[in-house]
Amino acid sequence: MKHTISVLVENEFGVLSRISGLFSGRGFNIESLSVAPTLDPDTSRMTIVTRGDDRILEQINKQLNKLISTIKVVDFTGEEFVERELALIKVATESESRAEVLRIVDIFRAKVVDVTARSYTVEITGAPAKVDALLELLRPMGIKEIVRSGPVVLGRGMKGVAG
Amino acid sequence: MKKTGSQILLECLQQEGVEKVFGYPGGAVINIYDDLFESPIQHILNRHEQAAVHAADGYARATGYVGVVIATSGPGATNTVTGIATAYMDSIPMVIISGQVPTPLIGNDAFQEADMVGITRPCTKHNYLVQDIKDLPRVIKEAFYIARTGRPGPVLIDLPKDIQVATLKYTYPDTVKLRGYKPTVTGNKRQIDKAAKMLLRAKRPVFYVGGGTVQSNASGELLALAERLQVPVTTTLMAMAAFPQAHPLALGMLGMHGTYFANMAVTDCDLLVAVGARFDDRVTGRIDAFASKAKVIHIDIDPTSIKKNVAVDLPIVGDIKNVLGALLDNLADQDEAVSESVSGLQDWHETVSHWKASHPMGYQASTSVIKPQYVIEKVRELTDDDAIISTEVGQHQMWTAQFFRFSQPRTFLTSGGLGTMGFGLPAALGAQVAFPDRQVIDISGDGSFQMNSQELATLVQYRLPVKIVILNNNFLGMVRQWQQLFFEKRYSQTCMELPIDFVKLAEAYGATGLRTDKVDEVGAVITKALETPGPVIMEFKVAREENVLPMVPAGKGIHEMVLAS
Ligand SMILES: Cc1ncc(C[n+]2csc(CCOP(=O)(O)OP(=O)(O)O)c2C)c(N)n1
Repeated sequence: MKHTISVLVENEFGVLSRISGLFSGRGFNIESLSVAPTLDPDTSRMTIVTRGDDRILEQINKQLNKLISTIKVVDFTGEEFVERELALIKVATESESRAEVLRIVDIFRAKVVDVTARSYTVEITGAPAKVDALLELLRPMGIKEIVRSGPVVLGRGMKGVAG
Repeated sequence: MKKTGSQILLECLQQEGVEKVFGYPGGAVINIYDDLFESPIQHILNRHEQAAVHAADGYARATGYVGVVIATSGPGATNTVTGIATAYMDSIPMVIISGQVPTPLIGNDAFQEADMVGITRPCTKHNYLVQDIKDLPRVIKEAFYIARTGRPGPVLIDLPKDIQVATLKYTYPDTVKLRGYKPTVTGNKRQIDKAAKMLLRAKRPVFYVGGGTVQSNASGELLALAERLQVPVTTTLMAMAAFPQAHPLALGMLGMHGTYFANMAVTDCDLLVAVGARFDDRVTGRIDAFASKAKVIHIDIDPTSIKKNVAVDLPIVGDIKNVLGALLDNLADQDEAVSESVSGLQDWHETVSHWKASHPMGYQASTSVIKPQYVIEKVRELTDDDAIISTEVGQHQMWTAQFFRFSQPRTFLTSGGLGTMGFGLPAALGAQVAFPDRQVIDISGDGSFQMNSQELATLVQYRLPVKIVILNNNFLGMVRQWQQLFFEKRYSQTCMELPIDFVKLAEAYGATGLRTDKVDEVGAVITKALETPGPVIMEFKVAREENVLPMVPAGKGIHEMVLAS
C-alpha cells in the first residue's frame, strides 16, 4: 500500500544520504522524495512516498525515527491531507495542434510558462492524479521533456507538524 | 586561551574520562600524535587499524566504557571499517577519530582521501565530518553521548587536518541538545503491569536473554527476577556471561548451536520474554516455527528491534535494567501470587529436567586425541571466575559458548552479529589494557588467529599477558563442517595446507609458545601458560574433523536439531 510520509530532519551535511541510504540499505522502496528547508533554516522537511505492508511501514517509521538527524516522522496515511505536485511539461507543437494544447491547458487550469515557435512549456500544480491526467492528454501531441517535483503534503485543518 | 583542534580533541577526551586510546599514526593525524606526546592519555600502538578498533571494542565490552580509536585518513580509516561494523552489530559504545585531508581538498581525490562519512554511514550509530573548528567541542560531546546512551554503538568523527591545526578559545559543553535523539529509558508502567500479570499467569515461561542485558548491566536484576519467578533462562551468544551458566535455571545457548533443552523449551513455551535480544536468524531458525505456541513480551531499548522479525504481544521499550527493576518492584508486594505462580510451574520444570537429562550437552571424550571441547573445559577449570575470555569466529567460538560455563557478566567477548574472524586477539588485548591484573584468554582457531596475529607485537611491547589458546585443526573448521554436512565433504579451500609453527611464531615476537598433541598434557600446558609472565600461545593439535553439535540445519525450526550421537 502507498504511504506518504513527512520527515522533519536537521538541515545538515549528509542528511539526505542518511535517509536515502536507510531506504536502500534496508530494501525499502522510495517512489518519490522531495526536500527543502522549512521556516526554521536549521530544519528541512522531506516528503517521501513509499510502498509496503504494515510491518514494513512500521519499520520505516521506526528506522527513520532512529536516525539521530530525524526530528519527527508523520505518516499521513489514513489522515486528511492536502497533496500537491508540480510538473513542467515541454510539448512539441505543430501549427495545427497549438490551439488544442492551449485548450487542454485551459481545462486543467495549467499555465504556459515558456513559448517558442515549436513548443510550449506547461506548468501544472495539483494532485498527482491530475498531473497524470494532463500528461495522458498531452502525450499524443508529443511531449519532449518532463519534470515532476514529487508530491508534497500538509495535514488538513488547524493542527501543524512542527519540530 | 586559544587551543588547536588537536589539543581540544585530547582535552575533551580527558573530560570524557578517557585514559587509554588505541590507534595508529599517519600524515592526517600527525598533529594529534604530536600533542599525544605530552598528554596524560595513554596511547596503545596496535599493528593494524582493524586491530586497534577491536582492541577498543574489547576494552568497551569488558568495562562498559566508551572505547576510543585514532586512525589516519584514507587506508588507515578504511582499515577501521570491519572493526566499526563489528561493534555496530553488537551495539558496542565506541568513538573513532579518523584524520581527513584538509577541508579545501575534500572531494579532490587528494592523497589518502576516503569518504569516511559515506563509507561508515551504514555501520555507525552516527557520524560527523567536522568542517569548522567551532563545532569540534560540541561534536565530541555529542559523539560520546550518542555512543553510550540508548542502544549503544560506534560513532565516527572525521577530522580534517586543517581543523586539527586551527585554533579556538573554547569551553567544553556540559550538556547536549539533540532534537532528534531521546532514547526511552523508563518502561511504560501499564505495560510493565501487564507483563507482570502475564508472567504470573504463564505455565511454561522462558526468558530469552540477549546482549542488551550485558550493555545495560542488568545481570543482577535478571538473576533476581528469574529466581523470584523460577523462570528458566536461555541466553544468546552475546549474553552467555549475563546469567550464571551453572545455575539450575540456566538452559544455556539457544538457536543454531543451542542446547537441546533450550531449543525445546523455546519451542514449547507459552510465554517467551525477550530481554535485550533481537531475534537474529541464527537464534530463530525457521521463523514461523520459533516459539509458535507462545505469547511474546519483548523488552528492548531500541524500538526498531521490536516486531522486526516476529510478532510481539507486549512490547516494552526501555532500558533492561530499568524495566527488570520495575518488574521486580511490581512483584515485591505480591508474595502470594508469586508463590502460587511458582508452584504452578512444577510440570514445566519437570519437563525441562527431563529434556536436560535425556540430551545433556556433551561430546565423545577421547584418550588418544585432544578434543577441542575438552581443552575448553580444562581452561574453565584452571582459570579464575573473573577471567575474561575472548574468541575468534568458528567452531572454537561455538564450543566456548557451549562448554565454558560463564559465571560473571562482561567476561565473554565475542563477535556475534558480524562474526568477525580476527576479533578475539585484539579484543583480549583491549580487555587486558583495562584489567592488567585479571586473566585474559583468547580462544582461537588456527585460521582466525592468522587474521590479526601481528598483535602479538603489541602484547609484547606493552607487557600484556594475554594467553592464547589455539585449537589447531588445520582447517577452517566451521566452513569444513558445512562442507561435510551439506556439500558431500568437498573440502574446497578449507584445508590449511601449510602447517604453521605457532610456537616459533610466538618466539619471533618475543612471546612464549607451548604446544601439545597429548590429551594428558592439556592441563599442564594451560597451568604452565597461566604461570608464565607475558603473552603465551598454547597450541593444541586437536581432533581435525570434530563437529559442533547440536546443529539446526539452515531453513529448519530450532527443534529440528542434528544431535550428538
Ligand atoms: C573475516 C571473516 N572471513 C570469513 C569468515 C567465514 N568463516 C566463518 S568461520 C570460518 C572458519 C574459521 O576457522 P578457524 O579460525 O580455524 O576456526 P575453527 O572453525 O576451525 O574453530 C570462516 C572462514 C568470517 N567469519 N570472517
